[in-house]
Amino acid sequence: MEDISAIVLEQADRLFQQYVNKNILAEADHGKWPAPLWAALEDAGLPLALVPEAAGGVGLEAGVAANLIRRAAFYSVPLPLAETMIANRLWVDAGGDAMDGATTLAPVNPQDRLTVTPTAGGVVLHGTAHHVPWGGQASTALVFARDASGKGFLCRVLPAQVRAKRMRRNVAYEPRGDMEFDGVQLPASGVRPAPDYLDADGLMAFGAAIRAQQMIGGMERCMDYALTYANERVQFGRPIGKFQAVQHMLAVAAGHFAAASATADTLFESERLGDDEFAVAIAKSRCGEAAGLVAAVCHQVHGAMGFTQEHPLHFATRRLWAWRDEWGAESYWQERIGRTICAAGGDGFWPLVADRRSATGSLKSTTAE
Amino acid sequence: MRAFRFEPLTLPPEADAMRRKVRAFLDDERTHRRYAAHRTSWSTFDPEFSRRAAVAGFIGMTWPRKYGGGEYSNLERFVVTEEMLVAGAPGGAHWIADRQSGPQILKHGSERAREVILPRIAAGECYFGIGMSEPDSGSDLAAVRTKAEKCENGWVINGAKIWTSNAHRVHYLIVLARTEPLGQDRHAGLSQFIVDTASEGIEIRPILNLVGGHEFNEVFFRNCFVPDDMMIGKPGEGWTRVTGELAFERAGPDRFMSDIRLLIELIDKVGRAPNERQAIEIGRFAAHFAALRRMSSSIAGLLERGESPITEAALVKDVGTAFEREIPEIVRKLLPVESSLDDDDEYSQALAHVLLHAPSFTIRGGTPEILRGMIARGLGLR
Repeated sequence: MEDISAIVLEQADRLFQQYVNKNILAEADHGKWPAPLWAALEDAGLPLALVPEAAGGVGLEAGVAANLIRRAAFYSVPLPLAETMIANRLWVDAGGDAMDGATTLAPVNPQDRLTVTPTAGGVVLHGTAHHVPWGGQASTALVFARDASGKGFLCRVLPAQVRAKRMRRNVAYEPRGDMEFDGVQLPASGVRPAPDYLDADGLMAFGAAIRAQQMIGGMERCMDYALTYANERVQFGRPIGKFQAVQHMLAVAAGHFAAASATADTLFESERLGDDEFAVAIAKSRCGEAAGLVAAVCHQVHGAMGFTQEHPLHFATRRLWAWRDEWGAESYWQERIGRTICAAGGDGFWPLVADRRSATGSLKSTTAE
Repeated sequence: MRAFRFEPLTLPPEADAMRRKVRAFLDDERTHRRYAAHRTSWSTFDPEFSRRAAVAGFIGMTWPRKYGGGEYSNLERFVVTEEMLVAGAPGGAHWIADRQSGPQILKHGSERAREVILPRIAAGECYFGIGMSEPDSGSDLAAVRTKAEKCENGWVINGAKIWTSNAHRVHYLIVLARTEPLGQDRHAGLSQFIVDTASEGIEIRPILNLVGGHEFNEVFFRNCFVPDDMMIGKPGEGWTRVTGELAFERAGPDRFMSDIRLLIELIDKVGRAPNERQAIEIGRFAAHFAALRRMSSSIAGLLERGESPITEAALVKDVGTAFEREIPEIVRKLLPVESSLDDDDEYSQALAHVLLHAPSFTIRGGTPEILRGMIARGLGLR
C-alpha cells in the first residue's frame, strides 16, 4: 500500500510540475478551464483517489489523499480536484457509481440550507447555494439537502439542470457561482440517502477539511518563495535574510505553519478526512489564522516585487486568502468549538481536547444557525 | 522549505493507564483541598505536595529502579506532566530536578552523584535550581564568567549567578562555569557542576519578583569547593551539556500550560451558554492549544527514541509561550472582572496571579528573540 501511495504522489507531483505554469495560472485567473491539465489528472485516476479499489478507485488512505491535496495546492492547481475526490467518495459511500468529470460540492456557506421534496419519479430541490466552487464549469454538482423530516440526501445535479444565477470570482480569481436549485427535478437515480456520517453537519466538515489541507500546501509554497527570496535579495550589502528583523518574521511564520500543520495532520487519522468534525473545526480555524499571517509575512519579505504579477507569489497568497474564508471562516468554527467546550464545562475542556477517543456528541451549532 | 516535522504520536495503552492513575491522585488532592488550584502552577514551591507526589510514584518516573526511579517510558511521564499542569498542581519544588537536573545526572553524572542524589529526588526530598544566568550573562549564556579552578580532589568555584529560582530552598544548583580561559571558541572550556547549596563559600541574596514573591536569588561563590565526582560529564563539555538540557527544558507541556487553569476557570465562569465573542475566543484558544499539544507530544516521542530535537523544541517553546502570554490579555476582555490578588472571588485572584506572572513566561528558558534565531538557522537563514 505504501508503495502505491508513494507512486501516486510522485506521479501527481510530476503532472503538476509539467502542466501548471504561470501561463496556465494567469489564464485560469481569467476564467479559462485548463482542459489538458484536467484530462491528465483524469488519466492518472486522481479524481478517484479516495474511492475504494473495490469500487474502481485508487483507494488511497486519508493521509495520502491529504498529501495529494496539499501538493495540488502547493502548485496552485486551478481545478476542483479535491472537491471531486471527496464528492466521488461520498457518492460511492451512498451507493452510487463514481462520477465522470469534475464534480463540485454544495452548499459551501453554513447558512445555505437546501431541501428536497419527493415527487412521483424522484425529488425536487429547493434553495440557493452561494459561492459554489467552479459552479458553472464543473460537470456535476453533488448537493447535500434535507427533506422535511431533516433526513439528509445526496443529490447528483447536472449543470444543465441549474442556472448559475451569478458567477463571481473569489480573491484567488477562481470561479464561484451562486446556484439556484429551486424546482430542479431529479430522477430517483440522482438522489440517495446520505451516508450516516453526514447526518450532523452535511458537507461542511468535508469542505473545511479540504480547505485546511490546501492551506498547508499553499503556506508551504509561500514559505519556499520567501526563504529563497530572503537568501537571494541583497540590500545594504548582504542578503536580507541575514537581518534579524527578517529572520524573526520568518521564524514566527514557520511557527504558525508548524502549528497549523499539526492540526491538519490530525485529519489523516479519520477515514475520509472530514469524519471527525471537532478535529476539522480545530484544523480549519488554526490553518485559517496561520494562512493570513504566513501570507502577510511572505509578502513583506518580497517587498514591492511580491505585489506584482511578475512574481508568482500572488497565485499562492490569493488562494490562502480565499480558502480561509470558504466552508466557514475561523470565527465560524471557533464559535462552534467554544460552544461545545462551554457545554462541557471547565472540567470537560481537557478531556475534549486530550482524549478524543472518549469524546462524545457532535459539535454545537453557532447561534446564527 | 526545510519543514519542521512533528510526527504524530500515538500514546501506548500503558500511558492511558498512567493517566487514570495520576488523575485519581490529583482528584484526591483537590477533593481534600490540599492546594488552591486557582493560584498555583508548576512553579509554585510546595515540598509537601512534592513528597506526596513522590510517594505516589510521579517523580523520577523514567529512571532506573536502583536510583529510586519507576522505569516508566517518557510517554508515561509526559502524560503525568500534562495532568499535573491541567490540575494546576504546585510541583515547583521538584519540577526542575525531575525535568532536567535528574536526567542530566543520570546521563552524564558520576556514579556517586547518581547514588547519592537521584533516590532523594525521586523521594520528593531533594530539589534543584538552575545556575546558568549571571549578572552579565543572560541570553548570551556563553559569556559566563564564573570560574572553576582545579584543586586537589576537586574544583574551586568563584563568581556569581543571578535569577536563580529557589536557590534559598533547594539542595543543589547545577552551575555552568568556565574551566579554561575564554579563547577563540566561546563555547569551549565550559563545564557543569553539581553544587551543594549548604557548601561553605556560598552566599544567597533574595530578589523579590513583581508579584512580591521570593523565587529569584543572586548567588555568590567565594572559593566554594566542589568534589571531582560532582562534575557533570568531562571538563569542557559544559556547552554541549547545557544545550542538551535545554531540549528537555523547552519542549514540555509546561511551556504552554502555565496558565491553562485560568482558561478552565474562564470556561466555568462563562457558563454553558457563552455569548458569541466568548465562544469564539474560547474556541480559538482550544485550536491553538490542540496544535501545541500535538507538537509537544511529538517531541516527547522523539525524546523517547533518544533523539534531541533542539530546533523543534525551540519552536514549540516560542509558539507555546506566545500562547501563554496571550491568555490573560484576551481573557480579561471576556468578562467584566477586575483582577486582584486580594479579591474574595477566586477567578479575580486567578486572573491577577496569571497577569503578574505572565512576563516571566517569555523570559525563562530562553527568550523568543533567542529562540527565533535558532529557528531561523533551522530555516537556512543563518
